[in-house]
Formats: sequence, structure tokens, C-alpha cells
Amino acid sequence: MTQAATNTAISVRNVSHSFGEADEARHVKALLDTSLDVTRGELLCLIGPSGCGKSTLLNVMGGLIAPTTGTVMVGDKPVHGPMPNDIAFIFQENALFPWSTIHENMILGMSFQGVPKAERADRAQRALEAVGLDEFAGHYPSQLSGGMRQRAALARALSLETNILLMDEPFGALDEQTRMVLGEDLSVLLSRSKKTIVFVTHSLGEAVFLADRVAVFSARPGTIKEIITVDEPHPRKSAFMTSARFHQQRDQLYDLLHDEIRKSMAQSGKPKRAYEDQSSRAGPAA
Amino acid sequence: MTAQSGARRKWLDRYGSRLVQVAFVAAILLLWHLATTRWGVNKILLPSPLSVWQQFVDVIRKGEFLADLQITLMELAVAFVVATVSGTVVGYVISRSPYLIKVFEPLFAGIYSIPIILFLPLYVLFFGLGPASKIALGITMSFFPVVLSTIAGFGNVDRVLVTAAKSMGASDWQLFRHVLVPAALPVVLSGLRMGFTIALLSIIGSETIASLAGLGHRIVNLAENMDMARMFAYIVFVIIIAVFLNTAVSALDARGKRQR
Ligand SMILES: Nc1ncnc2c1ncn2[C@@H]1O[C@H](COP(=O)(O)OP(=O)(O)O)[C@@H](O)[C@H]1O
Ligand SMILES: [Mg+2]
Repeated sequence: MTQAATNTAISVRNVSHSFGEADEARHVKALLDTSLDVTRGELLCLIGPSGCGKSTLLNVMGGLIAPTTGTVMVGDKPVHGPMPNDIAFIFQENALFPWSTIHENMILGMSFQGVPKAERADRAQRALEAVGLDEFAGHYPSQLSGGMRQRAALARALSLETNILLMDEPFGALDEQTRMVLGEDLSVLLSRSKKTIVFVTHSLGEAVFLADRVAVFSARPGTIKEIITVDEPHPRKSAFMTSARFHQQRDQLYDLLHDEIRKSMAQSGKPKRAYEDQSSRAGPAA
Repeated sequence: MTAQSGARRKWLDRYGSRLVQVAFVAAILLLWHLATTRWGVNKILLPSPLSVWQQFVDVIRKGEFLADLQITLMELAVAFVVATVSGTVVGYVISRSPYLIKVFEPLFAGIYSIPIILFLPLYVLFFGLGPASKIALGITMSFFPVVLSTIAGFGNVDRVLVTAAKSMGASDWQLFRHVLVPAALPVVLSGLRMGFTIALLSIIGSETIASLAGLGHRIVNLAENMDMARMFAYIVFVIIIAVFLNTAVSALDARGKRQR
């Protein structure tokens, strides 16, 4: 194994993806010739106009979508389908099985992944403690708040003990305060666990607060326009959020995004919610 | 509001609706009684509740209902099991393909809205006057609610649940057993319940129209012999059986839907 390979958790090479056949009306070019290396142990945020292909890229990385062209490697293995031993997903919401308790959800996830029966209960307990939900193991998802459900989803992913977490707007449906707290917790968790995380968000503040690097997408067909580095050690404190550097980097991101959002809105025909509104409403930055 | 009237309201909230239901049934019995004793309604058309009760006790004591009950229940069981198995299997297969759903869902929904009982004479020609024609009709009529609800149940499983399970490494069997089935179950169960009710109605109904045995047959037979009190006793018996079966099926349904 080469030195480069050992430092790269996921390597995306010239990936393009289209939905539907070329002659179909609903043909969409979602991703165009995207290349990206995710470094081991970093938290990389993907940010861009809505519909630009962020989820598509994340799903391609995790083997949930086979790209039209291009390759993805996880470590030294080419990705051809889900890799439950290497990669765990966290989705925006409602990915917990509603007919099972939180504990049963975790046991089920581990049984899918192939964890030996004897280990499952212990692992579930540890993961629930890590996200502060151990008292709610016996609750059904519908009995928990949105924030707690996302913690539970995170716990289920952690119990799989993968090196990589792919998170698709995991806090996107939550209110701002909940999101801030979960963001801080994630930063703490990350500094302990050394996991590699790719995190899709539409919040500028969330991206700067959480990420080691932020990849900015262009409008559809999406590709990565620029990557900025946020040089601040984890766990990050709320003081970071009020620092001048935080604001300077958030503004830099906003400048990069602004034109792409305009382009994206022009593409879709109808004006979508203004990005300005979203970034001031949601995200730790406020 | 005084404390006493508050307590009374709570009591009424809890038992009020039951009370009205009991009073309603009692009122009907009373009207029935008055109609036969005071208002001179012909006994041949409407026997008195008392004579019906005596006949009912006689039917139960002699166990005379057993042979007919067995036939009807056997027809019901066979029809319901066949409709359940075929409806869920066919529905599941169709639910796997958007194309098949597009083709068959409207087709089945259309057939479901036809009064299939009209084809009973045809069923009798094909399958004879015995249980086979009742079973075939029961299957035909209860197949549609079962297949339609199975298509709806398995066709509308939240995609993110399927994606999540696959991302965690679920095999096809695990996906079916632990995601698709529990997700579809409540909708499928509603269809089974509907199918059961329809099977019961169509089987007893067709027994009254053309048959050699069964509870429906017995009732028509008694009517033709002008044995009205005994006929009413059998009607009461069928009502009790139907209420019992439907309650049992509803309880199973509720059990399957619990906890979500
Ligand atoms: N399964 C699909 N079928 C057809 N088009 C899709 C599908 N998934 C996504 N798309 C389209 O691809 C584009 C990119 O989608 P997505 O990656 O979800 O964007 P993002 O996550 O950045 O908002 C969008 O225009 C979306 O409508
Ligand atoms: Mg998305």
C-alpha cells in the first residue's frame, strides 16, 4: 500500500452521474466529472445550492448509487455497492424503523452488518451512552423529539463501528438551537473517535463550525468548485463561533456560493427560498 | 361546575356511549315485543321475541346447528385462506415493479367495484350447488381487497428505510423480513380484515340464494316452511357468530398494528 493510499479514506475519481436515460424527459445530469480525496480522520463538509448533486455524491461514495462513469475507492477497495463494514450512513430524518424501539433499531442494524449476537447489546449500550440517550433505549422513535431521533440515528451508526460516517443533512430538519448543540456534540465525538466523516449541509455556519475542509459545489451539474480549509482543532467550543476568524471564513464561503445559488435558481425556473434566509435561520452561526 | 357534576361527566364519558348502544338494542326489542303483542302484527311475518328466544334455546340445546355451522365455517376458512395467500403473494409480486403497479392496480380496483355476487349463477353452473361454488365466490370477492391493500402496503414503503437497511448490509431476506413486512403490515392487515368480512357476507349470502347446506341455506329453508320463530333464532345465531368472528379478526388486526 502506498503512502497516499494510507492517508486517503475515500478517493473519488472523475465521477459523473445522470439520472434517467439520455433521451428521457426526466433525464438529469446530477454530477459532472468530480474528483475528491477525503483524508483519513477529517470531517469534510459538502455545501452547495439545493439540487446540485451533494446527496448524489454522498450516495456514490457509499455505494448506494453506481455512478454513470468514474470510480470510487474506499481505502484500497473499489466501491461497487454498500460497504457496511467500512461506511455507515446517517440520513436527514426518519431513517429509524418506526415499529422498533431505539434499542431494537440498533440491534437490527448490527444484525444486518453481521455483528455477533453476543456483542450487540453491549455495543448498543455504549453507543447510546456516547450520544446521551441510554435512558431512552426502550422508547419508540415517535416518542422522541426530532433532535433525539437524530442522536439515536447517530448512535445506530456508531454501533456499527465503521471508520467512515456519511451524513446527509443530518440536522437539516431540526431547529437552530438543537442543531447548535448537536453540532458541538459531534465535534466532541469526532475528536475522540478519529472517524472520517463526510457531512452534507446547507448551512454555512454549520459547515465552518464542524468541518476541517469545506468542499463548495457549483450549480447542477454539480462538481466541486473550491475547497477551503478550516484550521481549528476539535473539539470546537462555542467561543469559536463568535470569533472573527469564524465570521471571515463564513463570509468567504458565502462569496463562493453566491453566484452558484443564483445560477441554480435560474435553472430551476422558479425562485427557491433565498439562501440568505436559510443561513441566517439555521446553523450555529446565526 | 360542581365537583359532583364533574364526576358525573367523567362517568358519562366512559360509559355514556355504551349506555346509548344498550338502550338502542333494548328499544328495538321493546318495539318488536309491542308489535307482536299489542299492535297485532301477523305472527307468521314477525314472531314474538319470546318465541324466538325459546326456539334459540332449543336450537342450541339440540346442537342442531352444528352440521350447518361446520359447512359455513369450512367454506369461510378455505375461501379466506386461499384469498389471503393468493392476494398477498400476487400483491407482493406486483408491488415490486412500478410498471406492474401501473397496469394492475387500476384493473383490480375496477373489478373490486363490480358487484361480483351477480356472477353467482355462473359459479353454481361451474361448481355446482355444494360448498365449492360458495368457496369460489368467497375467494373471488375477498381476493381484491387483499391484493389491493398488499400492493398499497408493499408499494409505499418509505424509501429511506430501505436505503438505510441496505447501507447497513441487509440481505434481501433481511430487508423483506425486517423492513418491508413490518412497514407494510398495518395496511395489509386492514385488507385482510376487509377480505374476511366480505368472504363471510358473500358465503352466507350465496348460501341463501342457491345451496344444499350451510347456515344461510338453513335460514331460507325455515322461511320456506313458514317456521318463522326458528328462522329468527338462526338469524340471531348467525349474528352472534359474525360478531364473534369479526371481533376476533379485529383484535388480531389491532395486535399487528400496535406499537408504532
Ligand atoms: N432518483 C432520482 N431520479 C431522478 N433524479 C434525481 C434522483 N435523485 C436526485 N435527482 C436529481 O438530481 C439532482 C441532484 O440531486 P441531489 O444529489 O439530491 O441534490 P442535493 O443533495 O445537492 O440537493 C437534482 O436535480 C435531483 O432532482
Ligand atoms: Mg440532498
